[in-house]
Amino acid sequence: MEDGYPDHMRKSIEKVEKTRSERVGKTFERMGAEESEEVLNRFHPDYREEGKKELVVGPSKGEKAPVELAQLLHSPSLIDPDEVDLSQIDHDVDILIIGGGGAGTVAALWAVKEGISPENILLATKLRHGDSNSMMAQGGIQAADKEIDSPIQHYLDAIGGGHFTNDEALLKALTEDAPKIMKWHEELGVMYDRDKDGDFVELPGGGTSRYRLHSAGDYTGMEIMRVLRDEFRNKDIPVLEFAPAVELLTDGNGEVTGALLMNLETNEYYVVRAKSTIMATGGFGRLHIQSYPTTNHYGATADGLVMGYRAGVPLRDMDSVQYHPTGAAHPDQVVGLLVTEKVRSLGAQPVNVDGEMFVNPLEPRDVEAAAIIRECYGREKGVTTPTGMKGVWLDSPLIDELEGEGTIEDRLPAMVRQYKRFGIDMTKDPILVFPTLHYQNGGLVINPDGSTPVKGLFASGEVSGGIHGKNRLMGNSLLDFNVFGRRAGMAAAKRAQKAGSPAKLSLEHIDKHTEDLEKAGIDTKDTSPRLLPEYRGKKVLERHLDISVTL
Amino acid sequence: MADQEEQNMIDIYVMGRRYRVPEGLTIMTALEYAGYKYVRGCGCRGGFCGACSTVYRKEDDYKLKMDLACQTAVEDGMFLVQLPFVPALREAYEIEDVDPGEKDNVLLDLYPEIARCVSCNTCSKACPQDIEVMDYVQAALRGDVERTAKLSFDCLHCGLCSIRCPADIKHYHLAQLARRLKGRYLDLDSSELEKRIKELEEGIYTEEYEEMLKMTIDELKKCYEERKFEEEG
Ligand SMILES: Cc1cc2nc3c(=O)[nH]c(=O)nc-3n(C[C@H](O)[C@H](O)[C@H](O)COP(=O)(O)OP(=O)(O)OC[C@H]3O[C@@H](n4cnc5c(N)ncnc54)[C@H](O)[C@@H]3O)c2cc1C
Ligand code: FES
Repeated sequence: MEDGYPDHMRKSIEKVEKTRSERVGKTFERMGAEESEEVLNRFHPDYREEGKKELVVGPSKGEKAPVELAQLLHSPSLIDPDEVDLSQIDHDVDILIIGGGGAGTVAALWAVKEGISPENILLATKLRHGDSNSMMAQGGIQAADKEIDSPIQHYLDAIGGGHFTNDEALLKALTEDAPKIMKWHEELGVMYDRDKDGDFVELPGGGTSRYRLHSAGDYTGMEIMRVLRDEFRNKDIPVLEFAPAVELLTDGNGEVTGALLMNLETNEYYVVRAKSTIMATGGFGRLHIQSYPTTNHYGATADGLVMGYRAGVPLRDMDSVQYHPTGAAHPDQVVGLLVTEKVRSLGAQPVNVDGEMFVNPLEPRDVEAAAIIRECYGREKGVTTPTGMKGVWLDSPLIDELEGEGTIEDRLPAMVRQYKRFGIDMTKDPILVFPTLHYQNGGLVINPDGSTPVKGLFASGEVSGGIHGKNRLMGNSLLDFNVFGRRAGMAAAKRAQKAGSPAKLSLEHIDKHTEDLEKAGIDTKDTSPRLLPEYRGKKVLERHLDISVTL
Repeated sequence: MADQEEQNMIDIYVMGRRYRVPEGLTIMTALEYAGYKYVRGCGCRGGFCGACSTVYRKEDDYKLKMDLACQTAVEDGMFLVQLPFVPALREAYEIEDVDPGEKDNVLLDLYPEIARCVSCNTCSKACPQDIEVMDYVQAALRGDVERTAKLSFDCLHCGLCSIRCPADIKHYHLAQLARRLKGRYLDLDSSELEKRIKELEEGIYTEEYEEMLKMTIDELKKCYEERKFEEEG
């Protein structure tokens, strides 16, 4: 195979190789509070005021959100309420789950455990069941189960990582339930990496003070997701694929009573009436906030935020977006895809064009990302790719030097494979990285039982906010969708067991939204939810042309 | 991406129809450049979901090849078609009832057609993940759950193996079963986890949580800054 690196990049790699032996076993000092703040302020995309817009309609009016999301929240609905016949109910169920990723699947399983009969559940999802961000997680899942660790320590790491903005009750639930979730996974047969005694092999992650990250190779999310889906199929729970929800339905009195789905192939609507509805639609990476490339799956378009917001659920922490410090910056075909944090957990160091270290490899994500942007745009010490992207090296061969030959292949098979496909051997050469849009920190407001402030509506997973405050630590969102998927499933079941069938299905809240837009003087051709991103024609080339970096 | 005028353009054939696209795209992005908007056939866009199985042939080649559209660079003269769905039958089971220690060969019980494997290796050749598919089917036939699970670990469930198999084996469903059997029955349970769960049930963290929840932000900040890192001993 051809060399995946052009000459000018090879030259820089030679410098990296020269400094490698001096760097073995060394680490760069962690930043103090002051320097962190400065580098965040100057270089993190979240700190750019032009990137945000104040919301002028809805329950979080006055708060700020990324411009790209605000545009969707300020758009009229994709559907015209007058053209939809709600008198024909296509599915009449106890629980409707919207979104077939991790959170939705977990919720369904626990609703069944709670006594809801599978045929009274419907899971509706936009792509295939399992096509989701959950499937893509590589690094791992946090849970404090080692003797040297504790749920309290986990709590402390997460609240500090979140800049002390997390909802404390939610965070307590997250950290306290974590061991239980691991036990459940053990019973389901998730193949975690273990030592010879059966204990989990655990690694540190950015911002964690303990080795707490459980993994299954670098296919952790895929392993968890495919086991959950397998169990879901064993329980014979009904699922509709390529049938996204396009709006929630309400009783006209503020309660959610189901949803309207759309068959993506025939464009027909399906009316679903439900005693409880769970929003589990995941994140918004495919909105390409500030033009960043993204790690997220094709369906991550913020639909749940849009629908939930219109039904009256406030949003929180929408002003903070997580950029993963290490997205692939070269070759062009993989730009934006994730280079898992585990590469750094295992010992790879970020180094600049001259092969010098410039940041501790395991700073919290936002700080790490900002430091990489500073190296490229503030200090001009980045490496430029043939297509004009900039990045810094992640010195992966160091892992084998530290841990023994074969470690990279053994522990990071997905990464090795991805690069090999495009002519790069990451066991021998470093890889080029730049931050990529990764995670929606905030989202719909929820309570510890997964309920939202709107009756009849529950939410869990990436679509919800509060657990991670303004910055999530790695490994806490696989945990999040398990903990809160479970809680939402159980709470939704309890409600369904008590409640009668909703008397009314309406789209009055959509009419109200249209009025609010008119009153606010908003006139746009856009509609939302977006459902799928638009990449046709030259748009597909534009993804990483114009990353905005302010200095 | 550099200025497009400078880019080399190549020809691809989508279900027979010719399109000109710039070099350097994946099959997936090349189709989008050509004007297709995916509904099916696109999931993660990163090599993790198996939604984008693609069959192709190069212009002067008679061989049909298989790969993932999102993980394969597009080449001049590719004839392409996507296979977004594989209708392979899956057997339901209760994980509690399939202890491999108590049964002769659970894998063969649920998927008896693996006995029809003719060792043609077409499955392994079809696999975009380079998994030794035939080897794990043979391991399954011998009742070797451990090996079946390990060999198949990188499986994305794209289904290309099963589509190609002359014996109608449902490789990826079989492999999923094997992995869960290993995870549940062959791997030892974690005793550390057991201990922690007991501690939680006894409520030994309740008080500490209460203290934490009562702390002011400044107190929390202090605790956070004073954390000791495990790697520092
Ligand atoms: C590449 C990558 C790596 C990651 N690595 C890690 C890691 O190592 N550790 C960690 O803890 N976290 C990691 N994360 C984050 C974590 O995977 C996600 O935050 C989490 O899995 C989200 O789960 P979810 O169920 O909320 O959303 P998803 O898994 O994304 O599921 C949402 C589902 O809803 C569907 N949907 C969307 N809109 C609609 C609609 N309108 N109607 C119906 N269905 C809809 C989507 O298509 C999708 O199937 C990673 C994320 C990515 C992208
Ligand atoms: S789209 Fe998921 S593997 Fe290609």
